[in-house]
Amino acid sequence: MEQQFHLSAVPENTWQNLHTIFLSAAVLALSGSANAAKVAEAPLNYFMRSHGPAAEPTKYLGWMLTGLSLTIILIISLLLIAALLRNRPLMDMRAIGPESGGLRWIYIGTGVSTFILFGLVIYSLIVLDAVAKPPSTPAIIVTVTGYDWWWRIEYEHDDPEQAVTTANELHIPVGQPVLIKLKSADVIHAFWVPTLAGKTQMIPGLINQQWIQADTPGVYTGQCAQFCGAGHAHMSLEVVAESAEDFEKWRNTQRHPVSFPFKAGSTGEFGQKLFMDRCAGCHAIRGTDAAGGHGPDLTHLKSRRILAAGLLPNTPENLMNWIANAQRFKPGARMPSINLTEAEKLALSTYLSTLD
Amino acid sequence: MQSQDSRLRRSPEVGKAPVGSDAEKQLAEIWESLPGWKGWFSTVDHKVIGLRYIVTAFLFLLIGGIEALIMRLQLAGPNLTLLTPEQYNQLFTMHGVTMIFLYALPILSGFSNYLWPLMLGSRDMTFPRLNALSYWIFLFAGIFMYVSFPLGQAPNAGWFNYVPYSGPIYNTGPNIDVFALGMVLLGISTTVGSVNFVVTLFKMRAPGMTINRVPILVWGTLTASVANLLVIPSVSLAFFLLWLDRQVGTHFFDVANGGKPLLWQHLFWIFGHPWVYAIVLPAMGIVSDALPTFCRRPLVGYAWVALATMATMLVGFEVWIHHMFATGLPAVALSIFGAASFVISIPSAVAVFAWIATIWLGTPVFKTPFLFFAGFVILFVIGGLSGVMTAAVPLDWQLNETYFIVAHLHYVLLGINVFPVVGGIYYWFPKFTGRMMDEKMGKWSFWVMFVGFNVGFFPMHLAGLLGMPRRIYTYSSRMGWDTVNLITSIGSFVFAAGVLIFLVNVAISLRRGAPAGSNPWDAATLEWSVPSPPPAYNFAVIPHVASRHPLWEDRMDEGSNRSSLEEGYLLMEGRETIGTSPIDAAPEIILKMPGDSATPFFVGLFLSLAFAGMLLHWWSFTGLMILSCVIALMVWMWPEKALAQRSPASPSREAHV
Repeated sequence: MEQQFHLSAVPENTWQNLHTIFLSAAVLALSGSANAAKVAEAPLNYFMRSHGPAAEPTKYLGWMLTGLSLTIILIISLLLIAALLRNRPLMDMRAIGPESGGLRWIYIGTGVSTFILFGLVIYSLIVLDAVAKPPSTPAIIVTVTGYDWWWRIEYEHDDPEQAVTTANELHIPVGQPVLIKLKSADVIHAFWVPTLAGKTQMIPGLINQQWIQADTPGVYTGQCAQFCGAGHAHMSLEVVAESAEDFEKWRNTQRHPVSFPFKAGSTGEFGQKLFMDRCAGCHAIRGTDAAGGHGPDLTHLKSRRILAAGLLPNTPENLMNWIANAQRFKPGARMPSINLTEAEKLALSTYLSTLD
Repeated sequence: MQSQDSRLRRSPEVGKAPVGSDAEKQLAEIWESLPGWKGWFSTVDHKVIGLRYIVTAFLFLLIGGIEALIMRLQLAGPNLTLLTPEQYNQLFTMHGVTMIFLYALPILSGFSNYLWPLMLGSRDMTFPRLNALSYWIFLFAGIFMYVSFPLGQAPNAGWFNYVPYSGPIYNTGPNIDVFALGMVLLGISTTVGSVNFVVTLFKMRAPGMTINRVPILVWGTLTASVANLLVIPSVSLAFFLLWLDRQVGTHFFDVANGGKPLLWQHLFWIFGHPWVYAIVLPAMGIVSDALPTFCRRPLVGYAWVALATMATMLVGFEVWIHHMFATGLPAVALSIFGAASFVISIPSAVAVFAWIATIWLGTPVFKTPFLFFAGFVILFVIGGLSGVMTAAVPLDWQLNETYFIVAHLHYVLLGINVFPVVGGIYYWFPKFTGRMMDEKMGKWSFWVMFVGFNVGFFPMHLAGLLGMPRRIYTYSSRMGWDTVNLITSIGSFVFAAGVLIFLVNVAISLRRGAPAGSNPWDAATLEWSVPSPPPAYNFAVIPHVASRHPLWEDRMDEGSNRSSLEEGYLLMEGRETIGTSPIDAAPEIILKMPGDSATPFFVGLFLSLAFAGMLLHWWSFTGLMILSCVIALMVWMWPEKALAQRSPASPSREAHV
């Protein structure tokens, strides 16, 4: 289950491979961890992995600053140890050294520091310029709205029929920049898919923007990065980057409202009725009367990889478990734990399993 | 400043008052507080207040530390269920609130309250009663912020308390009201304390202690106090507006009615960032003053370090946006604040190289306080460099809100505040109590704390680089954070063990420590010229200072001027000390100091009860308490005969040396 759950992208070339190995070794030597691969492939590990031009220059900046910082720490430590332990002529402990002298330490030390710092200012501004704006105007615009504690994802279209709404799973085509408009429905959240780009806050009353681009197909994990209450730990999302054709195929599927395959009196029809009674106040299913806006749009629920903003993989068992025990999984969430009889469970499950 | 009324002119007697002399006994009688509980409530002795600050703040440190240990248990492994999310949120909020507001600044105020008059050669702070008030309000505000904790309703929106999460819609309990009112109350304490420090520096230095002779701790606290006066209004306003939004129905931060959540972030960080420097600069001052004692030479580059202290704060007002890089502000604005955040490390470099040069050129004496100060230097460098990394805007978009920041801020706050503070307690404990602390246990406490700290907090950098966000109560094992978190949890308990050794050392040394004498470390500054613990009047005669190192000048090649410590103004017609000019410290006026009074306690108490009334919506009770507060203030301010010049005019002119 865990394996299926995140696909790690393969490094593009040997050069990068070497870097990855070297850096994992460095990190692991420091952390003393035995399970190297696991740490190197940590889904949010932005230090060793980047998968697009909005993240890559920052990764190199991070390496450069880390290397420089470690070097300076080493030099200062050696200086300090030398200062502490260097041999000195035996001295009367009542004697006091003169106040003058030693200023050269300050002049040289501060001078060199200033020189380095100004270099860093320039380098960081160059990187800022590289990642702040996409190289070309994004053709795809997605609005992501943060909720306590999930993400609404909307693909705009001039024709409302063609627009797509989904939740917690952001599909993008590889190799091109995608503009993300960031909103919040309640408190401040932050949109962060570390291997694709840095984070941006989603502030109620404002629309922030950021862009991402994935150069290799894969699934990239994101996480809310601004404390937003009890469910903050369980507010992640996935970015699914796929070829342009696959992306179009996905988007076309998502555009369709659901159809009604149920015969009157069937379990599925009972399930649908149950949904309309118990769930439709908060959840929408396009093509039905369910139009609730408080919770995720469930039109193509079955096609999604994850449930409850990344808390569970999307399997029929997990889905029913989540419906019955939402408050246990995510205390304080707006989704209540719903009491259902076995027959109701079966019916609802049957109905939901048709939402592909 | 100078009295124009010639009848009130008086030239103070110059003389000696050795221990045991009649003059000395008379002084003791004038300055000592009443024995028993009356004296306990009414004392305005800066030394007593300073120690109260230190003890209270240290207790808060222990409470905050226990909160941290509970959180480290919860985070020791993936998917642990020791705490619910809500409990975890209250714990990390109270941990931050406690450490930042109830420990970090108050402990430094404690040191400064105790040490300033002794270092400056004065008999007290300028406003002794204000000093007492500032302590009482701090104590009550601390208790206030903890009242809802046992009810499970403690503040839970983080110490930064962002709206709208902390607003009336998403946070309905009393949690945030407690925090908001507590912060306004605490702000009053910090403000009056800061006023006292600023005026004390400019008016209360011993004759001859020109502005370029004051210890660096004084520069640090002065800078911090000026900054506090400028930025506390911002945070007090923010919390007051939030309270209005919550309880009165205003819309300052209410999005639905045009309020702006970003306004909170600006108001908070305009205060928050200078505050970071306010809680490290005095601690850096502790090191700058105490480190040279163990290097057997003065600090290298005194003027540079003093200037760097002020430069840090000046630039410190221009960096608050680096807490807000991810809020969507335009890139040009971000680059300016990013550049300022790089530049602010230049004055820090000055201090670091000054300390290393002092050690290099000196002859280190490896006593416990010195270990803490030398260890501090490397922690300071690590915390500073991780800070430089976050100054790079694009990199901060990744590092921000991850454990990398948690690592950075703990290197800064523990490294630059706790290590100097514990070193400072080892250093001044003999002055506080008259007894030495145990060296062997002291060295153990240092090494256990130092190793535990680095084992605990260094891996947090890695957790951050691996993408671990802050303020999550649990994590899944597929995230790859298990090992680093386990190491961090182990390290934090080792660190706690080090603190425990320190506490045991304090407890034992209080009773059995070797007698210290007045200057056990052979240090240079004025506080070591008086007995340990110092008498209530501090200085039997007001010293005359001729150099930066009054107790070393015989052994240094410092020209022919010598400070006069045994002979000086006697000033014993009531509580008196000398007021001097701001720059040259030329004697200007005899200051009649107010006597002990319980009014500061009552003003603080009534004020705090008024805030409690606001919390509980007992409006008439609040009104009654404010009225009581005003009455207590009137009693406080009531003119007293003892504060007027009583001597007949003497033929000689104004006091001069």
